[in-house]
Amino acid sequence: MSINTPLLNVENLRFRWPLGQQDVVDIPKLSIQKGERVFIKGESGSGKTTLLSLIGGINLPNAGRINILGTEIDQLKQSHRDQFRADHIGFIFQLFNLIPYLSVIENITLVCEFSKRRKANALTKSRTLEEEACRLLSHLQLQDPRLLNKPVSDLSVGQQQRVAAARALIGSPELIIADEPTSALDADTREHFLSLLQSECELSGSTVLFVSHDQALEKAFDRRIDLSNLNKAGVNSKKQPKAGVS
Amino acid sequence: MNISLLLKLTFKSILNRRFTSYLTLFSICISVFLLLGVDTVRKEAKHSFTNTISGTDLLVGARSGSVQLLLYSVFRIGNATNNIGWESYEKISSHPSVKWSIPISLGDSHKGFRVMGTTQAYFEHYRFADDQPLTFKVGTKFSAVFDTVIGADVAEKLGYQLGDELTLAHGVYDTDFARHDDKPFVLTGVLARTGTPVDRTIHISLQGIEALHIDWQTGTRSRETVSAQQTLDMALQPTQITAFMLGLNSKMDIFRVQRAINNYKKEPMLAVLPGLALGELWQLISVAEKALLIIAIFVLLNSFVGLLTVILTSLNERRREIAILRSLGCRPIQIFILLASESLLFAIVGCFLGVLLFLIAILLSQSMLQGYGLHIPVSSFGAEQLVLIAVVIGVSFLIGTIPGYRAYKQSLADGMSIKL
Repeated sequence: MSINTPLLNVENLRFRWPLGQQDVVDIPKLSIQKGERVFIKGESGSGKTTLLSLIGGINLPNAGRINILGTEIDQLKQSHRDQFRADHIGFIFQLFNLIPYLSVIENITLVCEFSKRRKANALTKSRTLEEEACRLLSHLQLQDPRLLNKPVSDLSVGQQQRVAAARALIGSPELIIADEPTSALDADTREHFLSLLQSECELSGSTVLFVSHDQALEKAFDRRIDLSNLNKAGVNSKKQPKAGVS
Repeated sequence: MNISLLLKLTFKSILNRRFTSYLTLFSICISVFLLLGVDTVRKEAKHSFTNTISGTDLLVGARSGSVQLLLYSVFRIGNATNNIGWESYEKISSHPSVKWSIPISLGDSHKGFRVMGTTQAYFEHYRFADDQPLTFKVGTKFSAVFDTVIGADVAEKLGYQLGDELTLAHGVYDTDFARHDDKPFVLTGVLARTGTPVDRTIHISLQGIEALHIDWQTGTRSRETVSAQQTLDMALQPTQITAFMLGLNSKMDIFRVQRAINNYKKEPMLAVLPGLALGELWQLISVAEKALLIIAIFVLLNSFVGLLTVILTSLNERRREIAILRSLGCRPIQIFILLASESLLFAIVGCFLGVLLFLIAILLSQSMLQGYGLHIPVSSFGAEQLVLIAVVIGVSFLIGTIPGYRAYKQSLADGMSIKL
């Protein structure tokens, strides 16, 4: 695949929640190239998270196409979409990314239980999954061995987000989707986290889709998209913010 | 994605909520224990109850009710309304259909245990459980007028040894002024445990009963007392007995002989079939036993509701966790299994602990229960109890599908938006 092949191609995408009165997502076209680092700016209520759910294949669009890596994921059966997500997409959320009752290492390697592909990828880089998790953590400057088997609730928010990043990165998925991952961090940690994430994605060749309302972060990205221009439905919902859709 | 990972996640998640998990386990354990306990006690009670008397074809006493006759003659509970004349007894027991007869004479007591006057025929013909005869733990049956044989409970509770002297009391209340203290009895034998009222009975000969009461009139001691030695020289022919048991030559004769006794002209008497009377009595008692079982079932239901509450409450806290799992590629059906297996795990561990508690309780209470005539062997935990446990586990799995289904629906509806 050349750098010009779109990794993600979205056409005429429309979505509304089952009981909703209007569309929350209405995107005529969005195309993201492989290896691109894209910043999507959107206020809360602009349909950010819903768009990510659609791209991730957790929700199905009412109309339109979503093509990732040449696969029309809206045409897949639900179980295949879940598998596709596990194999090709790494997620980082805003907060509380980790399963509270698993250790740091278990949190990171958990995704490999759902994806043989990512497990195999991870094992090409290290001998064991644990080793690969430690390798990623040390890249993210979280190498203190004492942290690894601690309950995740003992970690600071910044540390938790780096663990989440390691989980998104393990097994080198093609697409990393980050939904406001820095909003809970203070300014210094935010910059630091962002640069670590950027360099690690560059290293593994992953495409980054970074969603935030914080315009200050956009300079670190190749491409900036304002969701309020992209999403025709988002304009409406900004006037009438809907509860439950962040 | 395999089941073992889901189980591991379930297990770790439960451990993470340790305190509520332990309480839930405790409540399931206790209710399973209660259910098993009540079920077993009621079965064993019925078993030992129906085993009280065996081999006796007819039970005969003064005319009253069949249950009452059974209560005083077999269970030593309550008193007879009237006695039977010795002549009537002799007449009936010499009937050609009668194989053997055991006369019994009640009314005295010793430290709370009933005294029963009878003959050697008792040791020969009385049967309990499945046609088991009475056997001696130590000593032999009585032969002299002032000899006595006691049941296993009496021996254990009062700590009597062979050769000890017993002072019997007139009536069922052991008071100073009603003691037959001038005529002590000598212990000649202790019966082996039967698990029936025999264990709580003091047996003496009919002559012994007569000797005790030779100088008594209308319930009190007369002025002119007769010493024990003098008594022995007198004719100790009983004139009255309380009841008697009959064994017939042929089962075919039972109803004919019963009718003959019930229609006996010279004296109003009642003959009953012990089995029928036992059944009648059990029906009276079984109401309480059924109520107990119903309570145990409700306690179990209550702990199921508790289990459901705990899991459903945790479900709200775990919405975020479920969304994370979904983002990692976990399927909704796996979310369902994750939540549904939780109650199953609780039930399996809870049942295991409940059974363990039950077995320990049986072992520890063995001797205490024997005092009530109940013998509950550890082997009473069998196939039937396993079915009970299986039902409990099955129900809890069904209950687990409720939070499972909710989580399933939620995971579909929430999508990526994680609600706090």
